[in-house]
Amino acid sequence: MTDPAWINTALSSARPQAVAALLRYFRNLDTAEEAFQEACLRALRSWPEKGPPRDPAAWLIFVGRNSGIDAARRQSKQAPLPAEELVSDLEDAEANIAERLDGQHYRDDILRLLFICCHPDLPATQQVALALRIVSGLSVKQIARAFLVGESAMEQRITRAKARIANADVPFEAPGPVERSERVAAVLAMVYLVFNEGYSAGATEIANRAPLCEEAIRLARLLLRLFQTEPEVMGLTALLLLQHARAAARFDANGELVLMDDQDRTLWNKALIDEGLALIDKAMRHRRPGPYQIQSAIAALHARAAKPEDTDWAEIDLLYSVLESMTPSPVVTLNRAVAFAKLRGPEAALKLIEPLAPKLSGYFHFFGVKGGLLMQLGRTDEAREAFDRAIALANTAAEAAHIRMHLDRLSVPSPTPVKAPAKAPSRQLQ
Amino acid sequence: MLYAILCYNNEDVVCAWSKEQDDEVMARLQVVTGKLRDQGRLGPVARLMPTTAATTLRKTNDEPLVIDGPFAETKEQFLGFYVVDCASLDDAVDVARELADANPGGGSYELRPIGAFFPGKEAA
Repeated sequence: MTDPAWINTALSSARPQAVAALLRYFRNLDTAEEAFQEACLRALRSWPEKGPPRDPAAWLIFVGRNSGIDAARRQSKQAPLPAEELVSDLEDAEANIAERLDGQHYRDDILRLLFICCHPDLPATQQVALALRIVSGLSVKQIARAFLVGESAMEQRITRAKARIANADVPFEAPGPVERSERVAAVLAMVYLVFNEGYSAGATEIANRAPLCEEAIRLARLLLRLFQTEPEVMGLTALLLLQHARAAARFDANGELVLMDDQDRTLWNKALIDEGLALIDKAMRHRRPGPYQIQSAIAALHARAAKPEDTDWAEIDLLYSVLESMTPSPVVTLNRAVAFAKLRGPEAALKLIEPLAPKLSGYFHFFGVKGGLLMQLGRTDEAREAFDRAIALANTAAEAAHIRMHLDRLSVPSPTPVKAPAKAPSRQLQ
Repeated sequence: MLYAILCYNNEDVVCAWSKEQDDEVMARLQVVTGKLRDQGRLGPVARLMPTTAATTLRKTNDEPLVIDGPFAETKEQFLGFYVVDCASLDDAVDVARELADANPGGGSYELRPIGAFFPGKEAA
């Protein structure tokens, strides 16, 4: 297929492997990136005519390496190498390099690249920006838009991250087992952060930010291919797939947030759900639970319920209690309160979240949940107060609009009992 | 003779297709399979999930080992298959060629005559 759109897809799918291998040669992110860009330009010239090569990544690595060497020679003012000559003789060379790229090299290259992007010296915002730029190949403009910052600010963030990497004396050899598992945890956290940036976007921003969800899933799959037996990597991938499966149902035609109870479940993406469920099944067999697996198991219980009333809230409550003991956090307890309310009523749930007030006094979802529970109990004045706080703390226009809808319902005296908002506090329950 | 037409491709590439690209390929493949179905030659067809969803059970002298991942790490992965009734190998090659034309990029098709066929009960 020689269509530009298909060639671009082939280039972007080969990118992580190609950039990672070029980084092994050049040991410099900028040089590796430039070499890859140059190889892509040549691909765009040559593939439409000759057709795509059998192994696009190997082709790009080979051509990129030559052009990188060529550029270095030019810089040292030596005579340039006739690179085209090499390129014309590509078939043999390509087979040769493809041979050497198998197995271990591939794994080490990609790991090195991911570890560099998630270097502990970098703050999370820089890790995310760097990974999206270098591994996913998003443009600075796309990343800037996704993070709602100016292009030059994002350019600066990425440049700063690269400078820090260059100064940090990054070892190019694979780290030992202990450091490695720490670094893998950092990569998982980065991938989850990328996903949440896309997932928490409001309807108006979704066009710019939804690609982040897809990039995160691609990164998770990449990681899963490297760590095929790691249950937490399966858990994270499953979690992202299950959450992303609901994307089409999360906003209505007016761009208003639709809560899970009210979502049209026929809009959920069954293929993504099935793959997520398959991965959880695999993860569970290891009997090494972790936070991502628990969260994906919770998401799976929602995904398995054909109707909201089929949801197994008892099991969800139990899973949240496990998550609480694994990673104690007021936000997890707040999540649990939603299941708690379904099981034991709003009064009990309110009791559960009351002690969280000092820690979550600046947290939108806390006041959203609290207002919802108070509303169910008919304590309208207090509910209104909580909703007002929530609006003041809303992160997106959609969040604020959603709470305003509850406020509107409160101000209309309704003859029927007010519908419980069952406001999901965390992103994963929306 | 019944042939299994086994599809291999780089799953990195296939996973990178946009939804529109994926739908486009599926629509083109359905033209090919639709023709075969009308001729009464098409058996079961399956598209497999990525190999990251695969589990392998390997027999040993002792208890079998259950391993995460596909049977083998390969550059191109086994992504799906068609069962087609073909008059000859040439005929099977023609069918595979049509499938290949409908499918962008690289990949391979292995044509394997079926020795014994048990269609079973079609799963829902």
